[in-house]
Amino acid sequence: MDTLNLLLDGFTSALTLENLLYAAIGVLLGTFVGVLPGIGPAMALALLLPVTYGLDATQALIMFAGIYYGGMYGGSTTSILLNTPGESASVMTAIEGNKMAKKGRAAQALATAAIGSFIAGTVGTLLVAFFTPSIATWAVEIGAPSYFAIMLLSMVLVSSVLGASRLRGYIGLAIGLTIGLIGLDASTAQARLTGGSLQLADGIDIVVVAVGVFAIGEALWTAAHLRRKPIDVIPVGRPFMGRDDWSRSWAPWLRGTALGFPFGALPAGGAETPTFLSYITERKLAGRRRGGSEFGEGAIEGVAGPEAANNASAAGMFVPLLALGLPVTATASILLAAMQKYGIVPGPTLMTDQPDLIWTLLASLLIGNTLLLVINLPLAPMWAKLLRIQRPQLYAGILFFACLGAYSVGQSSFDLLLLLLFGGLGFAIRRFGIPVLPLILGVILGPLMEVKMREALDLSNGEVSGLFNEPLAIFVYVLVVLVVVAPPLIARFRPPALLEQHDQEVS
Amino acid sequence: MNETRATTGETRIDKAQYGLAAVLAIVGIYTIIDARGLNVGFGDPIGPRVFPYVIGTAMLVLAVLLAVATARGDRPQAEAGEDIDLTTPPDWLTVGKLVAILVLNILLVNILGWPITGALLFAGCAWSLGSRTLVRDLLVGAVLAVASWYFFYVALGVPLPPGILDGIL
Repeated sequence: MDTLNLLLDGFTSALTLENLLYAAIGVLLGTFVGVLPGIGPAMALALLLPVTYGLDATQALIMFAGIYYGGMYGGSTTSILLNTPGESASVMTAIEGNKMAKKGRAAQALATAAIGSFIAGTVGTLLVAFFTPSIATWAVEIGAPSYFAIMLLSMVLVSSVLGASRLRGYIGLAIGLTIGLIGLDASTAQARLTGGSLQLADGIDIVVVAVGVFAIGEALWTAAHLRRKPIDVIPVGRPFMGRDDWSRSWAPWLRGTALGFPFGALPAGGAETPTFLSYITERKLAGRRRGGSEFGEGAIEGVAGPEAANNASAAGMFVPLLALGLPVTATASILLAAMQKYGIVPGPTLMTDQPDLIWTLLASLLIGNTLLLVINLPLAPMWAKLLRIQRPQLYAGILFFACLGAYSVGQSSFDLLLLLLFGGLGFAIRRFGIPVLPLILGVILGPLMEVKMREALDLSNGEVSGLFNEPLAIFVYVLVVLVVVAPPLIARFRPPALLEQHDQEVS
Repeated sequence: MNETRATTGETRIDKAQYGLAAVLAIVGIYTIIDARGLNVGFGDPIGPRVFPYVIGTAMLVLAVLLAVATARGDRPQAEAGEDIDLTTPPDWLTVGKLVAILVLNILLVNILGWPITGALLFAGCAWSLGSRTLVRDLLVGAVLAVASWYFFYVALGVPLPPGILDGIL
């Protein structure tokens, strides 16, 4: 019951009127930005990061929590009401959700998504609260070699398991690692890859990289391929569910949560796999129902399950982030960067050094989640209207706020130039089908990984064996080798067949 | 750049991918050359060179693999999205206009100040993307830019350079 008491302490520091206000602002801003087409949770966080500059660490974390869950919910609204999902995690929701909306059941689809997200987010956050301390205690014992191995595993998994092409995943990772090299070497203070430029010596702010690759890249890429015909937005009233909807939704919510959390907590990264697994599970189970399955014609189970899985994995991601300092998704990378700005270094020692902060963060995640439900159910019709914003103004707005965010980091036009260059990179990787996640992960994990590698090798006086002298490290290396040499096995857990099928339906 | 058309079923070689492979190879080689110029301190068994060497080499290998895959007919799956129509050829004119406006913003922001360049940025981008309500866009842009300047100044305590409007704002 120790955990519970600590969490209650977290609530007492998070539950002031001022903090609730920040949480509410965060939820509203996050949903607002997340609903906008073309913006996922990671981009929403990166774009809204500057808004928190004036706050102290606790309030900023509370606001991040709101923005994070708001952005997630906004994304699923978009995928239900528009025909095409913007991010990989919403693909599964869109399949049945959009069909429900077309049948005039948009209100029920949005309701099951919102309530499912709430349940999964709450259960997930509670699980984080119960797991993180014990993992952190254990993680304090982990030496540099094992850390290095775990980071390597995380990178290899993210690059090879997700996305359609392993080669392109690794290319994205290598580009990210190269960007991470730019700046002064941490221990000898020699400039690397700066080309003699003093402005590059400090390294490149992750906000500039992320906003450039996500926002500018997305805007330029969309500009090149802008859909000229008007898109079809389905009008929606206030979300609600009938008795039948409830009885069909609760089990998928729980199953989705059970699938989503472990996948989020493992260093495999992303909600793609658990949402897919949840979708096929629900489809199979619905087939056994008397009266036949509604799948393919807008089954509520197909929205409830994947949405819960999506949010549970989003909560699970906090376990490696807080306990190991290891981000496994693009969103987690941005969160890590945001925490670093406040001098918070996530990792096993954080739990002992600044426990108040962690428990306040976890409590604010729960509060943000609740506010999301309370605020957003009545506001759904208003969010749906946002989807009708004229596209020229929408993307002009995205470019405006992207420039504002990058400029506010250091009030330097050089950052704006970098932003444009990374926008160009973002355009290129979209053109060549290179995934964004490994790239962002490479930028943020690369420098951490080098520190651990040099720590390990310094101890062994440069002997390569220094990287292998812990049993855990060896175990993790075995996993790395398995991931690299046994891709067919992993391909089975990937949803390519279904994704392709969906793409064909869309086009 | 007609080869971006995702709908054509034939297996034509995506020549632009050779360009990408070449750029990656150059970046990899540059990373290695750059690392050679670093000094390894006395008593530092690893030094700052090893990590760039590994990354540069990996980049080179990946560039070669990409070139080989391209020659074998491997084609990228360009990213789709809500507002994206991949069946039409890319509209380079719009992209060019947007880049020009972003560059203009970079050149002018320190002289004119964010409240002015921000407004021009918004209106200019909307115009490039096909909006024909220039006056309204300028007004919206001006409101956004001035409001964001005040928001950063008052609420966040971050004074963005006011430019030529110094003293007026």
